[in-house]
Amino acid sequence: MTEYIVLSAILFTIGSIGVLTRRNAIVVFMCVELMLNACNLAFIAFARQHGNLDGQIAAFFVMVVAAAEVVVGLAIIMTIFRTRRSASVDDVSLLKF
Amino acid sequence: MTAFWILAPIMVVAALGLLFVRKAVHAALLLAVVMISLAVLYAVLEAPFLFAVQIIVYTGAILMLFLFVLMLVGVDASDSLVETIKGQRALAWLVGLAFVVVMVVGLSQLTLGSAVGLDEANEGGNVQALADLLFSRYVFIFEAASALLITAAVGAMVLTHRERLTPKRTQPILAAERIRAYGETGAHLGPLPPPGVYARHNAVDTPALLPDGSPAAASVSRVLAARGTMRSAGLTDIEAIKEQLGVDPTAKPDAKQPGSEATDGKEDPA
Amino acid sequence: MNALTALTLKASETTIPVVSPSDADGPFTLLWLIIALPLLGAAVLLLGGRYTDKWGHLLGTATSATSFVISLVLFVTLLGRDEGERQISQHLYDWIEAGGLHIGLDLLYDPLSALFLLLITGVGSLIHVYSIGYMAHDPRRRRFFAYLNLFVAAMLMLILSENYVGLFLGWEGVGLASYLLIGFWQHKPSAAAAAKKAFVINRVGDMGLGLAIFLMIVTFGTTSFSGISAMSGGATETTLNWIGVLLLVGACGKSAQVPLQAWLLDAMEGPTPVSALIHAATMVTAGVYLITRSNFVFELAPTAQTAVVIVATVTLLWGAIIGCAKDDIKKGLAGSTMSQIGYMMLGAGLGVAGYAFAIFHLLTHGFFKANMFLGAGSVMHAMDDDVDMRHYGALNKMLPVTFLTFAMGYLAIIGFPGFSGFWSKDKIIETALVENPVVGVCALLGAGVTGFYMTRMMLMTFFTDKRWEKDVHPHESPKVMTIPLIVLAALSVLGGLMLAGNWIVDWLSPVVGHAEHHEPPVPVIVLTLLTVAVVAVGVALAWFLVGRQEVPRTAPADVSFATKAARADLYGDAINEGLVVAPGKATVSGLTAGDRSIVDGLFTGGTTVLAGTGELLRRLQNGYVRSYALGILGGALLLVLTLVVVN
Repeated sequence: MTEYIVLSAILFTIGSIGVLTRRNAIVVFMCVELMLNACNLAFIAFARQHGNLDGQIAAFFVMVVAAAEVVVGLAIIMTIFRTRRSASVDDVSLLKF
Repeated sequence: MTAFWILAPIMVVAALGLLFVRKAVHAALLLAVVMISLAVLYAVLEAPFLFAVQIIVYTGAILMLFLFVLMLVGVDASDSLVETIKGQRALAWLVGLAFVVVMVVGLSQLTLGSAVGLDEANEGGNVQALADLLFSRYVFIFEAASALLITAAVGAMVLTHRERLTPKRTQPILAAERIRAYGETGAHLGPLPPPGVYARHNAVDTPALLPDGSPAAASVSRVLAARGTMRSAGLTDIEAIKEQLGVDPTAKPDAKQPGSEATDGKEDPA
Repeated sequence: MNALTALTLKASETTIPVVSPSDADGPFTLLWLIIALPLLGAAVLLLGGRYTDKWGHLLGTATSATSFVISLVLFVTLLGRDEGERQISQHLYDWIEAGGLHIGLDLLYDPLSALFLLLITGVGSLIHVYSIGYMAHDPRRRRFFAYLNLFVAAMLMLILSENYVGLFLGWEGVGLASYLLIGFWQHKPSAAAAAKKAFVINRVGDMGLGLAIFLMIVTFGTTSFSGISAMSGGATETTLNWIGVLLLVGACGKSAQVPLQAWLLDAMEGPTPVSALIHAATMVTAGVYLITRSNFVFELAPTAQTAVVIVATVTLLWGAIIGCAKDDIKKGLAGSTMSQIGYMMLGAGLGVAGYAFAIFHLLTHGFFKANMFLGAGSVMHAMDDDVDMRHYGALNKMLPVTFLTFAMGYLAIIGFPGFSGFWSKDKIIETALVENPVVGVCALLGAGVTGFYMTRMMLMTFFTDKRWEKDVHPHESPKVMTIPLIVLAALSVLGGLMLAGNWIVDWLSPVVGHAEHHEPPVPVIVLTLLTVAVVAVGVALAWFLVGRQEVPRTAPADVSFATKAARADLYGDAINEGLVVAPGKATVSGLTAGDRSIVDGLFTGGTTVLAGTGELLRRLQNGYVRSYALGILGGALLLVLTLVVVN
């Protein structure tokens, strides 16, 4: 069972590195989805480990929230793109010192 | 376990590809690979319902939404992979690797024991068992999630809604504009000519031929012309037919040296 | 050290009486009323404002006089009691209850406070009456009487309290009244400054008294006279010495003894009745009362007692020398007061043998000095408030009543045989000579100097040539002023009767103990004659130096160093300036500079460092969401790392 968790950790980290290095907001979002999926994998693996369906329920809710998040997030990206003609997260950096 | 050892490297490679591909569309496709592999792993982990949900909702709906937005934003837009924030990439990799190492070291110290398995929990069927939990213990969270989804839908609509700043141009207005343009500049009033229709070749990227044998520029979409993917097979087709029919080309008395035009395959009609 | 041992006086030969009063009954239940009446008068006059302007002075005088009548009744009643039953206490209410410390507002009426009551209410009432005339033209007369009443109430609280805390209440009360009255004419900058000076110097003394009280609370757990007198034998001599020295500091402040003497001469800026009442007859003698009352401490604290004697001897000469050079009649009298209080302190410092004579001299001094101050006031009244004796002269004919009464006071203070001062001062000198010859000789010398400066004052004021300012038409004061003069003059003459049959010594012995009589090395009559002779030399010297020569209208500038020093109060202010004020100012400016550079520097420097750090740290807020996300991942890493390490 540990290997599932390790895989989950690796995917999560790759996702987080993607968030940190990619600049296209949509790709950043995909990386966030990757992180969420990595978590889901851990949840489901642990559900089987403990013989308990609560982990699957948690993964289910993660999916629901991810769906909502993607809807709103992509809408925001659309709005930003519409005004700035760019989907780069670095362009939105005026809130600073 | 076999499935895991087959799928895990694929997933990792696909995920790593996510970091390096330049085009967002490729990233989405790689993500699809990861997600479908995950779905298979869910099935292996005795979660058939989530397997289905992963395929339908995640890969089907959410990723399609990504692709849809990519289409709106521009499929061709490709990322530059040159880092602009000083030290960001190196630090990100450093911290990320440290994170993995720490996680793996931490996990290696755990002894999870043998898995209990979900045979007992899934006895009446996985979907039924999940439904039992979802509508009893987790019913409030379920309701809250539904509220969240509604809110997200409304929010997306609000965010993407665009206020109309000018009055809508209706059909009479458009007709009047075209007549005025014709009167002032002599713009073509009628519909544009359709693309060329040939016996062997019939496509939107092939211009129609005018009575004098020259291609009609307006018969092909300007976009295709701009991309340079327009064909001009019309004349070569005539040559080929002539050859097929055994007609001597030289017998044509007033042929006006079309060869020079025909060799210029990618002629710009504009 | 040898000198100290030589001065250390025989103390423990007599038993120290314990204060053990009985509860008040009969007329003694009126005790509280003596304080309450003047307090009520002050409250009515101060709160009533200008509505009481018309009759305020009458009310003030009436309350004081009523207190005097009650005091007289109580005194007569006390006379009728046996010696052992002459201590009466009245518990008014519990004042301070703090853990094991109980301090009640108790009053103690015994032979000592009985005499003080008579002096304060009696002389006080006479001065009230005198003030009606003296302050007649002052628009703020009502306020003056309010302050006088306040003073009388506080002074009565001081002497009637049965514990040191109550005494301290009165002590501070008279300090306040003194401040208000010295600065009564606060529109004069000199008066305002003098009031402040008196207040500040008195605070130094009060600090000593306060510390003494704290030490008593720590040592004995009580501040009542009865408690401490019963327990004082149990304390170590060091503790008692400390208490005694601290009490002496308090007494020095209030009684203008060296080194806290500088305020008294400036205090003459107040109206003359104030000088008479507060700065001659009553308040300034509070230090003597304090030491006499604390006999149960001082008797067991030889070092403190020695300190009292040294302070007293220095002061009596100091004041006398100042008195010789002053041309301001009130300041001359003030120097004299200082000197005479020195005599009283000397008597009190001499222990059991001297307490009674100290109190005796205090009473007679109260009479004749009040008399002379009021006489000086009368002269000033006649001379348009001019205080310079060089502008007086030949006033004996113009102011016959003032002259005669002043003369009675004069004869009393120089110790002319038969007058009250003769009896009282002579006794102190005699006791001093018996107990310690060095001190005795100093006291004798002081008596001679007293004869000199008083004769000088008398001659310059009432004899010699006219040196009046233009447009000054001396006239005798109204009856309301002369009658108190006459009464006080009579008391100055007859005050010595208290010694008849050794009455005052026997009267006070329940309070201060009974002394073994030491036979002087030479017969008493020789000592008396010696004193008279020394005084006569002083008087004669004054006659030759002042009476026989022309008195210049302005003080000559080319005088000896001694005269200059005396005119400058023996550089008392300069000493204070050099020893206290200048170092104090230097300390303050040093502290201010330290505050600016170090404290403020730390603050501004600290904020500068913080601001600089912030300036650097704000660079982290670069606006890139990916940088912030990196921070989050770093935090997560740390968290996981912690979990791994802890587990």
